[in-house]
Amino acid sequence: MADGRSQVKRRAGARLWLSATWLGLLVLGAVFAPLIAPQDPLAQDLFGARLPPFWEAGADAAFPLGSDSLGRDVLSRIIHGARIALGVALIAGTLTCLIGSGLGLIAGYFRGWPDMVISRLVDIWMAFPPVLFAILLIAVLGTGLSSIIIAIVVIDWTRFARVIRAEAMSQGAMDYVASAQVAGRKRFSILLAEILPNVLPTIVVLLTLEMGIAVIVEAILSFVNLSISTDQPTWGSMIAEGRLSIHQAWWVLVFPLVTLFLTVLSFSQLGEGLKDHFDPVLR
Amino acid sequence: MSDTPIYDIENLHLSFPDMAHKPLLGPAPRIEILKGISLTIPRGDVVGIVGGSGSGKSTLGRAMIRLLEPDSGSIRFEGQDITHLGEDALRPLRRRFQMIFQDPMSSLNPRRTVGAIIAGPLRLQGFDRVSQRVDQALDHVGLPRAFRKRYPHELSGGQRQRVGIARAIATEPDFILADEIVSGLDVSSQAQVLNLLEQLVRELGLTLAFISHDLSVIRRLCRHTLVLHLGEVVEYRETAALFEAPQAAYTRELLDAIPLPDLKQVWA
Ligand SMILES: Nc1ncnc2c1ncn2[C@@H]1O[C@H](COP(=O)(O)OP(=O)(O)OP(=O)(O)O)[C@@H](O)[C@H]1O
Ligand SMILES: [Mg+2]
Repeated sequence: MADGRSQVKRRAGARLWLSATWLGLLVLGAVFAPLIAPQDPLAQDLFGARLPPFWEAGADAAFPLGSDSLGRDVLSRIIHGARIALGVALIAGTLTCLIGSGLGLIAGYFRGWPDMVISRLVDIWMAFPPVLFAILLIAVLGTGLSSIIIAIVVIDWTRFARVIRAEAMSQGAMDYVASAQVAGRKRFSILLAEILPNVLPTIVVLLTLEMGIAVIVEAILSFVNLSISTDQPTWGSMIAEGRLSIHQAWWVLVFPLVTLFLTVLSFSQLGEGLKDHFDPVLR
Repeated sequence: MSDTPIYDIENLHLSFPDMAHKPLLGPAPRIEILKGISLTIPRGDVVGIVGGSGSGKSTLGRAMIRLLEPDSGSIRFEGQDITHLGEDALRPLRRRFQMIFQDPMSSLNPRRTVGAIIAGPLRLQGFDRVSQRVDQALDHVGLPRAFRKRYPHELSGGQRQRVGIARAIATEPDFILADEIVSGLDVSSQAQVLNLLEQLVRELGLTLAFISHDLSVIRRLCRHTLVLHLGEVVEYRETAALFEAPQAAYTRELLDAIPLPDLKQVWA
């Protein structure tokens, strides 16, 4: 097991750079959306409705990816939608990760009654179907961005807790932990200084996956109109609207869908890529 | 040097909870692993601990360096009773008894460099000139100083075990427990590590407890030998005498069971 690892040679990873590039562009777009977006994402123009993307006949250069049935610019809406998608991904992903990983580390390392309590809680949590759970939560909390974030955190912390608990448990059984104790390191310090660095690669992979999931969840909830107010451009609501006019204007559906797909894919690839690139054990 | 033995252990009992037979409610029954062990290790001695698998060798060793807390009996380290000391009270003592582990891949944190691994106990114990001491420890175990920057997976098995030894000797301990430290190594690295250990014991005046399955290694390295069987001391005598004329039936069994090419051969 041990010696094989050093033989695994991995290339610097096209996937790391590709996914980082895409997400980097998206972040830039989200941050500077008002400067970059060619149009006001909310501006309607019924005479300029359903303009095709730039390469098709009848396109308008001011609407590079076309316009929707209300004449709103698809590209501008995607760029502005990135603000919400990335905001949710970042906040919900990070909170979920902190809570879930923290509880997982405590349960796996200290075992005993903390583990009993946390593990039972995870078991009970997992018995709820997540989609119903989410819709129920939103119904109680009301729609809005913070409700979505809370729903994601409340539902998904178990994903981290389960995996990180198992990982912390197996790391805790390693002799380097006993060795740190022989050296006189305090228990909590062992958790932070010895075990956490060994669990961190897994946490990073889970975190980026979770960010992708958060993007999807936000899109689904906007798709079913449970997200934020409808006049805010979100990828999910764009997809929902695009679905209605798929035969007249495919671009309204396809561009946000592709953006969503690339973003989720990039998040998952980013985690794996980071792990391959920066983990000394794999390098 | 005083006459106080490094270790004075009396009637040591230690048990683990038996989770396999835990009733639904209430505490698990306990399996007794160490059943009243007494032994004395004088300063500068090298004691071999042998016995069948599951006889409690590792448990005894881990109790001695207080990775485990005994149920009853007493462990005196240089006269001080450490049987039930808490982790905080043990911390200042930890510099003085160290351990070398069986599997260096598991006992070296894979995400730390060799330098950081050896420096760890030094920092925790508040040593000065940590960097110099790390270099010294590497010199002692015959590893190039450039290895400080390497990660454990970038070393061979024998080199990793040397790092484990370097970490143990860096704090200048009085006592080192070595639990099966060569069993994972090939024959030539085994010989090198054993030679190194022999040399360090001589140079640093260490007291060593050496747990092993390999009686030929025990015979070569250890002045005294302790034979454990099912958590009890069967025999504890000078190694030469023990191999020459085993007293207990179990010792004879052990000696017979393990093929030694030539028991009478004198080791170089
Ligand atoms: N944490 C534990 N919980 C329960 N039982 C344990 C635990 N650690 C060890 N044991 C049991 O204690 C007994 C003695 O174990 P120990 O590791 O001391 O044996 P050993 O003499 O070192 O054996 P080996 O030569 O195989 O290393 C074994 O039967 C083992 O199953
Ligand atoms: Mg053992």
